[in-house]
Amino acid sequence: MSNLTLMMALLALMAIAYQLGLVRTRQVAGQHPTQRMHSRPHHYGVMVGLWAVLPAFFVFLLWSWGSPWAIQQLLTAQLPDAITQDPQELRVALRRIGNLAANFGVVSEAADWELQAAAFLRDTRQLSNGLMLALMAAVASAGMLYSYRTITPLHRARNQIEKVVKTALVLCSTVAILTTIGIVLSMVGESLRFFSFVSPMDFFFGTTWNPRFSTSGVGEGSLTGDQGSFGMLPLLAGTFMIACIAMLVAIPLGLLAAIYLAEYASPKLRATAKPIIEVLAGIPTIVYGFFALVTVGPFLSEMGETLGLDIRATSALTAGVVMGIMIIPFISSLSDDIITQVPKSLRDGSLGLGATKSETIRKVVLPAALPGIVGAILLAASRAIGETMIVVLAAGNSPSLTANPFEAVSTMTVTIVNQLTGDNDFSSPQSLVAFALGLTLFVITLLLNVVALVIVRKYREQYE
Amino acid sequence: MTRDITDQRNASVLTEQPNLTAGLAMNAQTELKMKARDVKVFYGASEAIKGIDMDVAKNEVLAFIGPSGCGKSTFLRCLNRMNDTIDSCRVTGLIELDGQNMYDPRLDVVQLRAQVGMVFQKPNPFPKSIYDNIAYGPKLHGLASKKSDLDDIVESSLRKAGLWNEVKDRLAQPGTGLSGGQQQRLCIARTIAVSPEVILMDEPCSALDPIATSIIEELIDELKTNFTIVMVTHNMQQAARVSDRTAFFHLGELVEVGPTNEVFTNPQNKRTEDYITGRYG
Amino acid sequence: MTTLTEKAPAQPAKSAVQQKVAASLARRHRQETLFRFTGLTAVMISLALVALLFINIFSKGLPAFWQASITLDIHFDPAILQISDKPVQQRGESDNAFRERDLAWRSEVGMINFNRIISDALMQVLPDADQHRRQVLRMVTSGERFALRDMVIDDPSIIGQTRRLNLLTDANVDVWLKGNIDRSLPDHQQQLSPIVRQWADELYASGVIQNRFSFALFMNPDSRSSLASAGLAGAFMGSLFMMLIVMLLAVPMGVAAAIYLEEFAPRNKITDLVEVNINNLAAVPSIVFGLLGASVFIGWFNLPMSAPVVGGLVLSLMTLPTVIIATRSTLKAIPPSIRQAALGLGASKMQTIFHHVLPLAIPGILTASILGVAQALGEAAPLLLIGMKSFVASVPATPFEQSTALPVQIFLWQGNELRNFFEARTSAAIIVLLTMMISLNGLAIWLRKKFERRW
Repeated sequence: MSNLTLMMALLALMAIAYQLGLVRTRQVAGQHPTQRMHSRPHHYGVMVGLWAVLPAFFVFLLWSWGSPWAIQQLLTAQLPDAITQDPQELRVALRRIGNLAANFGVVSEAADWELQAAAFLRDTRQLSNGLMLALMAAVASAGMLYSYRTITPLHRARNQIEKVVKTALVLCSTVAILTTIGIVLSMVGESLRFFSFVSPMDFFFGTTWNPRFSTSGVGEGSLTGDQGSFGMLPLLAGTFMIACIAMLVAIPLGLLAAIYLAEYASPKLRATAKPIIEVLAGIPTIVYGFFALVTVGPFLSEMGETLGLDIRATSALTAGVVMGIMIIPFISSLSDDIITQVPKSLRDGSLGLGATKSETIRKVVLPAALPGIVGAILLAASRAIGETMIVVLAAGNSPSLTANPFEAVSTMTVTIVNQLTGDNDFSSPQSLVAFALGLTLFVITLLLNVVALVIVRKYREQYE
Repeated sequence: MTRDITDQRNASVLTEQPNLTAGLAMNAQTELKMKARDVKVFYGASEAIKGIDMDVAKNEVLAFIGPSGCGKSTFLRCLNRMNDTIDSCRVTGLIELDGQNMYDPRLDVVQLRAQVGMVFQKPNPFPKSIYDNIAYGPKLHGLASKKSDLDDIVESSLRKAGLWNEVKDRLAQPGTGLSGGQQQRLCIARTIAVSPEVILMDEPCSALDPIATSIIEELIDELKTNFTIVMVTHNMQQAARVSDRTAFFHLGELVEVGPTNEVFTNPQNKRTEDYITGRYG
Repeated sequence: MTTLTEKAPAQPAKSAVQQKVAASLARRHRQETLFRFTGLTAVMISLALVALLFINIFSKGLPAFWQASITLDIHFDPAILQISDKPVQQRGESDNAFRERDLAWRSEVGMINFNRIISDALMQVLPDADQHRRQVLRMVTSGERFALRDMVIDDPSIIGQTRRLNLLTDANVDVWLKGNIDRSLPDHQQQLSPIVRQWADELYASGVIQNRFSFALFMNPDSRSSLASAGLAGAFMGSLFMMLIVMLLAVPMGVAAAIYLEEFAPRNKITDLVEVNINNLAAVPSIVFGLLGASVFIGWFNLPMSAPVVGGLVLSLMTLPTVIIATRSTLKAIPPSIRQAALGLGASKMQTIFHHVLPLAIPGILTASILGVAQALGEAAPLLLIGMKSFVASVPATPFEQSTALPVQIFLWQGNELRNFFEARTSAAIIVLLTMMISLNGLAIWLRKKFERRW
C-alpha cells in the first residue's frame, strides 16, 4: 500500500468519522431535550474525525521515521561478522541487499547469504508494514470510539478543535525558526568538516584562492599537503568592491530619485514613475546578469577604449554597475517611504522661516530621515553582497586580489556556485569550502540586516 | 496652483465695511502693515474663505477667533503664503504687505516669509541642537557673516523668547529634548532670529499646559513692541488677555473685527454674540 | 474714522535684514533649480535604464520567436523505411508482453536512418546538390529526423506517401539568414561552408526557407545536439511544478504563521525573537537557501538531485518570510472594531479570525502570495546548488524527475558556445520569463485594485 493510498484512506476515514459524530450528536441531543449542546453538531463531527485520524497519522510518521533504522539494525545482526566489521563493506552490502530485496539487479552474482538477507529484509519490511497498519487501525478506532463516547451536551468540542488548530498555527510559525536553525546547523556542520582540512587562519586570512580540483573524497594531493590554497580574502575583496561600485551607482540615483518623487514630482509623474522604477526590483537577477554580459560589459569596454582605459568586458565595474541598477528601486522605495514619513510640520517650520524647498530638504528633511536612509542603504548593501547571478555572469570569475575595478574579480557567491556545481566530490574540501563561504556570507549579511532593521525600527518609532 | 491677482480695488469696499480698522489706536502714527481685500481660498472646488477684507496695523496683536473649520487658520496661512505648499489650494484676491502685493508673481516667497514668520500649532523644533535650531534661519538668509554674529543672534533671540536662562548651558543638546512649552518658545525664538516684521501664530498654545500657556502669553505681550503679531486661538480668554483687536470668523467669513474689549463686551453681530456666550463653537 | 497712513507701494523701505535676505536670493534660487534638476535627472536616468533594459532584451529576443524553416516535400520512401507492421495487442496477450513487442518495434524504427529521406527531399530543391552530398544535411537541424521518426511511429501508413513539411533549418543557417554573423568574414571563420550559405540565400530568396513562428521554442525540451530545436518546455514544466509547490507549502504555512503571530502570540521575548528572525530571513541571500537545500534536503533527506520537488522546497522556505510579513501587514490593517464586534456577539477568538478577519484579509493575502510566487519563479541561484544546472533533455512528468527551471535554462543558454544563435534565443527565453512574471504582478495589482478597501 503506497503512502498516497494510505493518506487517501485516512481522509476517507475522517469523512466517515465526521458523519458518525454528526449522527451521534443528534442522538445525544434527542436524549437531552432540555439541555443545549455546548457546540454545534459539525464541531462534534470534526472532533471525532480528528480523534480518528490525527493519532493514526502520528503513528504513521513515527513508524516511517523509526522503522527503517530498526530494520537495518535487525538486518545487520543477521549478516556475517566479516562484513559488519568494516563499515565500508557493510554499506556496500546493505545497498546490494536493498537492491536484491526490491528485485533490482545487482552487479555480479549474489551470494547465498545476500539472498537470505534480502529475503529476510523483504519479510521484515512486510511485517513492519503490516504491524504499522494494524497499529494505525487500532489507534484510529480507539480514538474514534473514545471521542464518540465523549459526546455529551457538556462536552466542549469546539474548544478541542480550536486547540488543534492553534497548535497547527504554532507549528507553522516555528517553520521560520527551524529554517534559520537549519541554515546555521547545516552550514556550521559542513564548515567544521571543511576546517578539519584547512585551518581557519588560512581560510580567513589567506590571500591566495586556488583550490585544486578533486574528484575523490580526499584528493591525492591532501596526503602531501598540496590541496590548493583556500584564502578567502581575494573573494571578500571582490565581493566588497562590486558591492561598493553598486552602491556608488545606486545611492545617488536612488536617493535623488526618491527625493524628487517625494517632494517635487506632480502626483501624476509620481504615480507613473514610481511603479516603473520599482519594476527594476522585480526583474530576475539572471536577466540583469545577461544584460551585463551582453550589453553593459561590451559597452563599458568600448568606452574604456576610447578613453584609453583597459576595461575588461566582464569586470568588477560591469557587475557593479548592473548590480547598482538592480538596487536603485530598493534604495528609492525605502527612502521614499522614510522621507514621506518625516512630518509635514518640520517642512512647514522650515518653509515658514523662508527656506527654499531644496534648503528644507537638504537641511531639515534629510537629516531627520538620515537614520532611516542609512538603514535602507545597509539593507541594500546586504542584498548587493549576497547577489549571485549578476556576478556569476559578469564579474569575470578571476579570484585575484586587485584594487583595479576594471579587472575581472570573483566573489564569495560566485565561488560557492563554482565549487558546488563542479564535479567535485561532495565531501572534499573543494566542495565543503562552499559552506564555509556561505556561513561567512550569512554572518556578514545577518549583521548588516540586524543593524539596519534596528535602525529602521527605531526611526519608525520616532515618528509614530 | 493658480492665483488670480486683482490689483484694482476701489475705496468703496472700505466704506462698505467701516469697522475694518475699528479699534486701531486712532492716531497719526498708526501705520498699516497688511491689507487684505476680497480674499478667497479654494480647496479644489470648495470655497474655504469667502471674500475677506482686513487690515493689520503695525505692532498690534490681532487675534482670530471662531469655531473649528471657520477658516481662521487658512486665512492666517495666506498671510505668508504657506498655502502654496498645499497642492489643491488656490487663493484669489489681494493681500498687501507694506503696500506690496504678496501674490505678485515677481515677489519672492522666500523673502516674504523672512518678513512674515510663522509659529505653528504643534511645536516643531528641527531634530537638531538648540543652537542649530535658532541659527538655521540666519544661516539660510546669510544674516551673519561671522560665527560671533551668529552667536549674538542666537543669544538675543533666545533672550527675547525668554528661553535663554533655561537653555544657555545646553545649546548643543537636541531641541526635541525640551518640554512642550520650551519647544514652542524655541520655535518662537527661531522665528524671531530672522528678524521678521510680522509673526503669525497658529494656535501656539493649543498643545501646551496652562503654565506654559501663560508664559507664552506674556511673551507675546513683550514681543508686540517689536513685531506685528497675528494669532489664531481657540481660547477666547486668551484672545481677551493678549490681543489688541479680535476678529471673529464664521463659515469662511469675517463676521466682525474690532477692539478686543468691544468684541467681547458689546459685539455688533448676533453670530459673534452667540459664539462668545457659548451658544455654539 | 481716521485714515491710515499708507506707505508708498512702489518703494517700501527695506531694513538691513531684508537687504541681506535679498542679496542671498539669486544664489539660493540657483541652488534650488540645480537641486531640482539633479533630482529630475536621477528619475529620468532610472526610467531610461528601465527602458534600455527592456528595449535591449526585446529587440534581441523578439526575432528569435521566428525561426528559419524550410519547406520540403518529404517522401516517406518504402525502400528506406523497411519496417515490420506496427504491433497490435493480441487477445490474451499480457500487457508486459505487448509492451516488450512494441518497444522492440520502436527500436526497429529508430534504427532507420531518417536523414536519408530528408537529404533526398533536400536534393530536389538544392542545385548542384550532387557535388556536395555531404553538405546537404547541414541545411536542416539534426533533431528533425526524430520528428519524422515519431510521425512514422504514430502512423505507419504514412510510408509511401509524400508530405509537404516545414523543417527547422540548422541553427547556423538561421544565424546566417538573420545576419547575426558578420557576412563578410572569411571562409575559415564562418560556421557554414560557402555552398551551404549560397543554398540558404537562394532558398530564402525563393521562399522555400521562411521565418516561421517557432513552436519548437515552446514545445520542445532543451537539446544539445540539435540546437535549433532546443526549447523551453522542460524548464517551463520544472518552474510550474516549483510554483505549485510554493503555492501549496509557503502560502498556507506563511498565512498560518502570520495569523498566529499577529492574532494569538503573546507579546514576549520569544515572539520578538521570532519576529526579528523572520525579518532577517527575508533578507538572507537566496544562495544561502541553496546551500541549505544542498546540505539538508539532498545531503540528509536523500531527496533526488535536480528535482523540482527539492527546488520547490527551497523556494518555499525562501518565500515563506515574504508571505508572512505581507500577510501580517494585511491583518494589521484590518481595524480592531471588526474583531471586537464579532467577539462581542459571543464568537470565540478562533471563529472571529476565521469567519470575520480572514475573509477580509484574503485579497491582501492573495496579492502577497502571488508576488511571493513571482519572486520564486525568477530565482536561479539556489537552484544551481541543488543540481538543476544539469542538462535535461526531457520534459519532467512528475516533480521527482530531473528538470531545470526557466531562469536556470536562461543561465544555461547564455553559456552555449553558439553565441550568435543563443544570444537571441536566451533573450526570447527572458521575454517568456518576464511575461510570466509581469502577468503575475499584473494579476496581483488587479486583485489589489479590485478588492482595495479603505478603513
